Amino acid sequence: MITSLLGVLFDGLAYGMLLFLISVGLSVTLGLMNFINLAHGAFAMLGGYVCVLALQRWGMPFLVALPAAFMISALAGLLLERLLYRYLYRRSHLDQVLATIGLTFMAIAAASYFFGPMQQPLQVPRFLSGQVSVLGVDLNIYRAFLLVIGAVLTVALTLALERTRFGASVRAAVDKPRVAEALGIRVGLVFQVTFAVGCGLAGLGGALGVQVLGLDPAFPLKFIVYFLLVVAVGGTSGLKGPLYAALLLGMIDVAGKYYVPQIGAFIIYAMMIILLVLRPQGLISRK
Amino acid sequence: MNPTAAPQATTDRVPVAEIVFWLVLAAGFWLWPSYLPLASQVLIAGLFALSFDLVLGYAGIVSLGHAAYFGVGAYAAGVLSKHGWGEPFSGLLLAALCAGATGFITSFLVVRGKDLTRLMVTTGIGLLLFELANRLSDITGGNDGLIGMEMSPVLGAFRFDMYGKVAYGYSLAVTFVLFLLMRRLVNSPFGLSLRGIRDNPGRMLALGYPVHRRLIAMYTLASVYAGIAGALLAQTTQFVGTDVLSFNRSAELMVMLIVGGTGMLYGGLVGAAVFMVAHHYLSGINPTYWQFWLGAFLIAIVMFGRDGVLGACIRLARAWRTRAANPVAGP
Amino acid sequence: MLHHYLKLLLSGATLAIAATASAQEPLKIGMVLEMSGGFADFGMQMMNGARAYMKVHGDTVAGRKVELIVRDTTGVPDVAKRVAQELVTNDKVDFLAGFGLTPSALAVAPLASEAKKPMIVMNAATSVITTRSPYIARVSFTLPQVTAPLATWALKNGITKVYTLVSDFGPGIDAETQFKKTFTAAGGQIVGEVRTPMRSPEFAPFVQRIKDARPQAVFVFLPAGEQAVGFMKGFTERELDKAGIKLIATGDLTEDGVIEAMGDAPLGVITTQHYSVAHDSAENKTFLKAYVEVAGTKQRANFMAVGAWDGMAAIYEVARRLNGKIDGDKAMEILKGLKIDSPRGPLVIDPATRDPIETIYVRRVERLKDGKLYNVEFDQFLNVKDPNK
Repeated sequence: MITSLLGVLFDGLAYGMLLFLISVGLSVTLGLMNFINLAHGAFAMLGGYVCVLALQRWGMPFLVALPAAFMISALAGLLLERLLYRYLYRRSHLDQVLATIGLTFMAIAAASYFFGPMQQPLQVPRFLSGQVSVLGVDLNIYRAFLLVIGAVLTVALTLALERTRFGASVRAAVDKPRVAEALGIRVGLVFQVTFAVGCGLAGLGGALGVQVLGLDPAFPLKFIVYFLLVVAVGGTSGLKGPLYAALLLGMIDVAGKYYVPQIGAFIIYAMMIILLVLRPQGLISRK
Repeated sequence: MNPTAAPQATTDRVPVAEIVFWLVLAAGFWLWPSYLPLASQVLIAGLFALSFDLVLGYAGIVSLGHAAYFGVGAYAAGVLSKHGWGEPFSGLLLAALCAGATGFITSFLVVRGKDLTRLMVTTGIGLLLFELANRLSDITGGNDGLIGMEMSPVLGAFRFDMYGKVAYGYSLAVTFVLFLLMRRLVNSPFGLSLRGIRDNPGRMLALGYPVHRRLIAMYTLASVYAGIAGALLAQTTQFVGTDVLSFNRSAELMVMLIVGGTGMLYGGLVGAAVFMVAHHYLSGINPTYWQFWLGAFLIAIVMFGRDGVLGACIRLARAWRTRAANPVAGP
Repeated sequence: MLHHYLKLLLSGATLAIAATASAQEPLKIGMVLEMSGGFADFGMQMMNGARAYMKVHGDTVAGRKVELIVRDTTGVPDVAKRVAQELVTNDKVDFLAGFGLTPSALAVAPLASEAKKPMIVMNAATSVITTRSPYIARVSFTLPQVTAPLATWALKNGITKVYTLVSDFGPGIDAETQFKKTFTAAGGQIVGEVRTPMRSPEFAPFVQRIKDARPQAVFVFLPAGEQAVGFMKGFTERELDKAGIKLIATGDLTEDGVIEAMGDAPLGVITTQHYSVAHDSAENKTFLKAYVEVAGTKQRANFMAVGAWDGMAAIYEVARRLNGKIDGDKAMEILKGLKIDSPRGPLVIDPATRDPIETIYVRRVERLKDGKLYNVEFDQFLNVKDPNK
């Protein structure tokens, strides 16, 4: 009983960590630029396809393909920020929703064109597959890998936000953009870099997620609900909110499916609605 | 989006354009006789979009779960017909009641919070109902769909035929009547107060308006309309699939309304027409790449179109009228 | 005199031209397919299967040129109904065909009855479909038809304790019900069952449940595509195979088109189905060659393409026997009991139910000489009907 509970918790945490990695960019974008980016899933998808290409066509090892996915998604984010997103910062949320849905459609169609509508094959390397027994609980190695990477990145991001100059600029820009600008912080540049990093992380998450979530052109629309969920429940001021929200949602989803599979799917939606109604500003919020 | 730039229709003076619009639709039996099924579905989508305009355009709630009420209405009409009562108008009535009740109950969850929260809550409601429909397959037919709907002839005389003639006439009549009602409502003090709430809820509260109650009333009414649209679809196709509740349907609905233009009453109908007709033709050419150009078009609308196709038409018409009135001066 | 004969000749010639002109009117086949949305590859497979048939057997039959009119349902049944209506009233098709998804077929069925148009279901697999209209003939398969033999085979081979996992929708529930029925009737024991939500990306918790229940085998039905891939990953990740739990499933799990995406995971999985790309026959070789010519090598042909191929074969045969004059009732008479030499093996359309009667093969996933994965047939059940009709 306990071992299965621990196993479920472990799986849930890993799944949640994956969701966090993909969604953190969305949270920061919303908090920083007040921008609802429904195309966020497309950047994750891009990372996934880069990883698949890297492994199959360019012969890169998995651990090299991951940073490649990050870089290319970040570059894509940078490009799109200049071409499209910066014109939409001042617009209403509705305009943003619409434009990013449009962008998502284009991404899906492009993916379908280049890769076909079916699932993409991906083989993770031997050393990351299989199980290992820890204290009597069978733990999946790939999930453990997800947890480790997630934890490392979370620490890195927190350090970057709290200990570096740039991080300070980001925090300032989130809290009071006009004052920050007046103080000489180039808010526009902060936006650009932060957005790019957010997209890069999404791409990395997408690449890591192929093994868990699968990859096909419909990916952005299929999972955007989960990403938005993390952001809505977690709030947009800082990293802790989305992290806890993602981990919580991951565990509830997995536990629900394990213990009560008949209503597994309901639980996550019902929980979300309840949480949002009780705390519309998110789990952890300073605003 | 700046819908206050759009013309405010008054109740006493009906613009010629509106009369012509409905006459053209009525003449559909002669203008597009081989496309009546498509035209019926355009009307139904237009009615659905009209209901959504109330939520999005007039009250400013960004929702991606409006299909929930459409679906409830569709299933209500479907289940009624399947169990032997195939009279069409009673199906509409039942659908209105069920969808309205659902809308009323969920409105309490929806009218709080900011944009993102409401977006998520409405999406969540839609997804929950979708799962519910799949789960209660004994009633809804589940994923396979609700079969066995037997529709009695409309008004006892007009049987639903395979050319879609009766379906078109029926959908047109229902849409027209509901539209007229909405028109009155939107120009009434209630409707004006809704616009006030959208633009500045704080001030409306300060003025003493029961903002909360108004929003709930509006949301309930919007779900009634959506439910009737859903019932129309069920009755004219004699089938209900779980897709009537799907996220895709809600997302497509939003696209249709935006394409047409919000807050102008006709935007939903125009948007539905443009979207579905374009889809029909582009799908025929290359079904797989419709999505790409739709996406590009959406971005273009946001960047340049501002208030949708209808808004652009109105601006053009006004510019033309000004130029006609002042031939020497510029537009 | 000459004048008289000339007139006769002229009128005779005109009559002949008129006759051939009306016979020249193309034989229109309206294909109602999912070409966009989540099931786009269903439509693609079927369209390519039909075109492959035309490549090999020509595009003319009984003096009429065959015209395929493909319409996209976008995966939505009311659109399917609408495009079918247009195909019947505007394009005036002679046959309705295709139908990758059950809801599409169910929505169009009343139309086929009203218009008296033969409706060839090339894929949709829920039992109830053929009961919805006397004008429906199915050339694909039904879930119960494929599942019952699997249960029988399992018991024959010493598997008595099974855990079932199916996708929570029509075909999944059909498969689960049939498996349970056949399995328990012959003495088997179901130690647990679970229905997974349609939108489930994460199979880990479900697979974990199965592992904890320690059955001898797990019976799985999941729609071909992302669900199947997701499950297989979960199965091998959790090392259920190493724990001695066998995996038996309907062929949807190891469907020829997507099996490549699963890596080594499916090796050794036992499935039952009516068609495998590895089937050794001349017809199959012809089919596969033509498919590659029409569709390229991006994705392998699968049972849906074969369904379309055989559907076209049925249509051609009907057209031939009716000399190009397609009448709904007469067409159905020919379709009932029609024998088709299919790439899958023998195929007969049941005259009583209009469902396919065919051989269900038991296959194992193996890696063959060309390095690719195949469902290799090693046992079979002949002349299997849908067990519920």
